[in-house]
Amino acid sequence: MKKTDLVIIGGGPAGLSAAKMAAESGLSSILIERNYKIGGQLVKQTHMFFGSEKQYAKTRGIDIAKILVNDVLKYPNMIEIMTDTTVVGLYKDKVVTLLQNEKYLKLKTNAIIIATGASEKVLAFENNDLPGIYGAGAVQTLMNVHGVLPGENVVMVGSGNIGLIVSYQLIQAGVNVICVLEASNTIGGYKVHASKLKRLGVDIRTSYSIKKAIGKDCLEKIIIGKLDDKWEFIDGTEEEIIVDSLCISVGLSPLTSLLSMIGTEMKYVSSLGGLVPLIDANHETSIENIFVAGDVCGVEEASSAIVEGYLTGLVVAKKLGKTHPNYDELYFDLKAQLHNLRSGPFGKKLRDGLKEIMR
Amino acid sequence: MLKINGVPDKSLVLSKFPDKKYILKPKAVTECYEEIPCNPCSTSCPFDAIYIGNDINKRPIVDFDKCTGCGICVYNCPGLAIMVVQQLDNKTARFKIPYELRPLPKKGEKWSGVNRSGKIITEVIIEKVSLTEKQDKTALIQVLVPLEFINDFITIRRRI
Amino acid sequence: MRIKEHPILTFETKKKIFFFFDGKKVFGYEGDTVASALHAMGVKVLSRSITLNRARGFYCAIGNCSSCQMIVDGKPNVKTCVTMLKENMEVKTQVNKGELYEKN
Repeated sequence: MKKTDLVIIGGGPAGLSAAKMAAESGLSSILIERNYKIGGQLVKQTHMFFGSEKQYAKTRGIDIAKILVNDVLKYPNMIEIMTDTTVVGLYKDKVVTLLQNEKYLKLKTNAIIIATGASEKVLAFENNDLPGIYGAGAVQTLMNVHGVLPGENVVMVGSGNIGLIVSYQLIQAGVNVICVLEASNTIGGYKVHASKLKRLGVDIRTSYSIKKAIGKDCLEKIIIGKLDDKWEFIDGTEEEIIVDSLCISVGLSPLTSLLSMIGTEMKYVSSLGGLVPLIDANHETSIENIFVAGDVCGVEEASSAIVEGYLTGLVVAKKLGKTHPNYDELYFDLKAQLHNLRSGPFGKKLRDGLKEIMR
Repeated sequence: MLKINGVPDKSLVLSKFPDKKYILKPKAVTECYEEIPCNPCSTSCPFDAIYIGNDINKRPIVDFDKCTGCGICVYNCPGLAIMVVQQLDNKTARFKIPYELRPLPKKGEKWSGVNRSGKIITEVIIEKVSLTEKQDKTALIQVLVPLEFINDFITIRRRI
Repeated sequence: MRIKEHPILTFETKKKIFFFFDGKKVFGYEGDTVASALHAMGVKVLSRSITLNRARGFYCAIGNCSSCQMIVDGKPNVKTCVTMLKENMEVKTQVNKGELYEKN
């Protein structure tokens, strides 16, 4: 069995940042990614990111991915990258089992950083399995990675940041966005994103949701309806919209199955996206030397995932005897960055949620 | 209403416009109505005319004495929420707006002028189109708009 | 349908990759996954549910939902949304729970 000091599961912004900071501190790691390339969800984000300069504000997601990947490639002798490799098992004695090219491998490690991110939630409605209905993230991949259009007309369900941003990207790709449906009575994401869509003629309909999708083997039209303040459909408000593509953007759910497998203490926190691990101030779970970073411990933004990655890489390296020469300064600064990112009104729900999982 | 359909009320919009004494020169109008963690407008301004401070959730405040209307903040804003406005004379206003669609307009063309609700309100003339490497794919379009729409115009749309 | 002009991204002309879909010779491009190549061709139905035969298609693009599973080079239940397209691949629509292939 191969032995190593640190295994990082997930090659998105959190995992990449953790690997880089650990290497900078003098600690080697193995970075495992189940997809064929690293970069996580950043590789399809064509829009400029928010935050501050330290989190690459105003840089497009696709370019942030390149920066983070290059940072990791600068340490070829310290960071081993395994792509097309799925972690299939995690054990209490810190054994990690992997599936790569139909081969089953085992690793024994001293510490693990789980940075597996989150996946899109599904919305239940009649015929929600029809081809032509996509997760919003999936449409981004189809358009921005593969250059393939989903269809000619789209209705977006969900007005959180992802729904609003993907709607804008659909228009940039040449797809007609008919409207955005939002079940709540206010727009969920940043208003600047909503304003961008309004200028382009997109209807944003709050208190509306989808009732039914219709089509033989492929989406042909949808029935929408107005919701009352209990989020129940109001009779007689049905409208039919002819559309060939429907995007579902109703939130993300942390991918925590590996944590459940290893038995870390978990808690269901709705404002963080679902089931998440209990963590201390350094993102260590209830099992020693098992850390988490990024959306897996609470759905936020890539900017936070990057900072959490740096933080866990820094802390884990020190724990294993490799203290970064600027440890104190970096630790303080990373904490301040996270505080700053979360201190506005949009961060309130998140701050409350994080309090619930503090060990 | 902003939180229901993404359209700010007129009073909100007017609160971001500079006083009459400034508007004969080009000035940045930052339509950032919400506190979100973001500060590239402030860090990219070469004249230190936009202030946010250490708490990056605070909304930007433009110092209209320092602002030259150069437009750098316009293409650096991740929310595309900034534009430069100038009253040229008693008939025309000149705008600098961000644009990230294709096809790009061309100098001299007539396009439709659109308001914040997405409605076509007037016809505008494309004065200048700039898209340099530094702008990182966000074009800066200089547009001439009839003065009566100075508080309504927000972007251009290709005439069908 | 493929994007031709995009304000942010440049889609360079890539190498054509010929493969077989339900016996017919078709093509995609280098960098495509099997699912994205099929989608570009207009193939939206990637599989059918086992009991009710409901059409299923491209949904999550990340290997989570299992709506895109097809038989690829004789192997069933392959998640085509995360499988890179390769020259001469044989892609077939799967109509059952899948039969494991035997290596000769």
